[in-house]
Amino acid sequence: MDISCWVDAVVAALILTGSLFALIGSIGLWKLPDFFMRLHGPTKATTLGVGSLVIGSLVYFSSRGEGLSLHELLITIFLFITAPVSAHLLAKAAMHQRVRRIDKTKGRPWPQ
Amino acid sequence: MLENVILICLGIMSAAAILNMMRLLRGPDLPDRILALDTLYINAIALIILLGLYLASDLFFEAALLLAVMGFVGTVAVAKHLMRGDIIE
Repeated sequence: MDISCWVDAVVAALILTGSLFALIGSIGLWKLPDFFMRLHGPTKATTLGVGSLVIGSLVYFSSRGEGLSLHELLITIFLFITAPVSAHLLAKAAMHQRVRRIDKTKGRPWPQ
Repeated sequence: MLENVILICLGIMSAAAILNMMRLLRGPDLPDRILALDTLYINAIALIILLGLYLASDLFFEAALLLAVMGFVGTVAVAKHLMRGDIIE
């Protein structure tokens, strides 16, 4: 077996996993019934999926003989840092706006 | 082999972007729309990275990094505007 075949297999597995995680996050954004539930899908599944996809691209571009290319890792690190911050701000904005929620969502910051 | 996998992944990410677009158009409240726009930014980053893999070009990562920064700043600005009615106080 050639080494590039194994690299291709690793890259294919990583980007397929990442795309499926991102699709799961978007399905959660579309299907879940409540804003506070919908917040979970994109902020966890989509971030993890894009991180896996970027790591697959890092493996691919590192295997092309031009040395280790680590600057793709900046995107992953930036996304992993900023996703909780934006989710926290969105949850605070939703609580401030008093968006509607279903009864199964726990915690009652305001009477409804 | 890898080209076909990249094409399949481009299809999957396009389906995810269509789902986000439906939530963006439908979303009952404003935070739903902001969340859908943020997710659409992240899916656009994934699509750009997949396009860079497909064309085997190293030039797309600056665009992806710039899009990540712009998406974060935009989301934070609109969320602060919803919370306070003002962005910089």
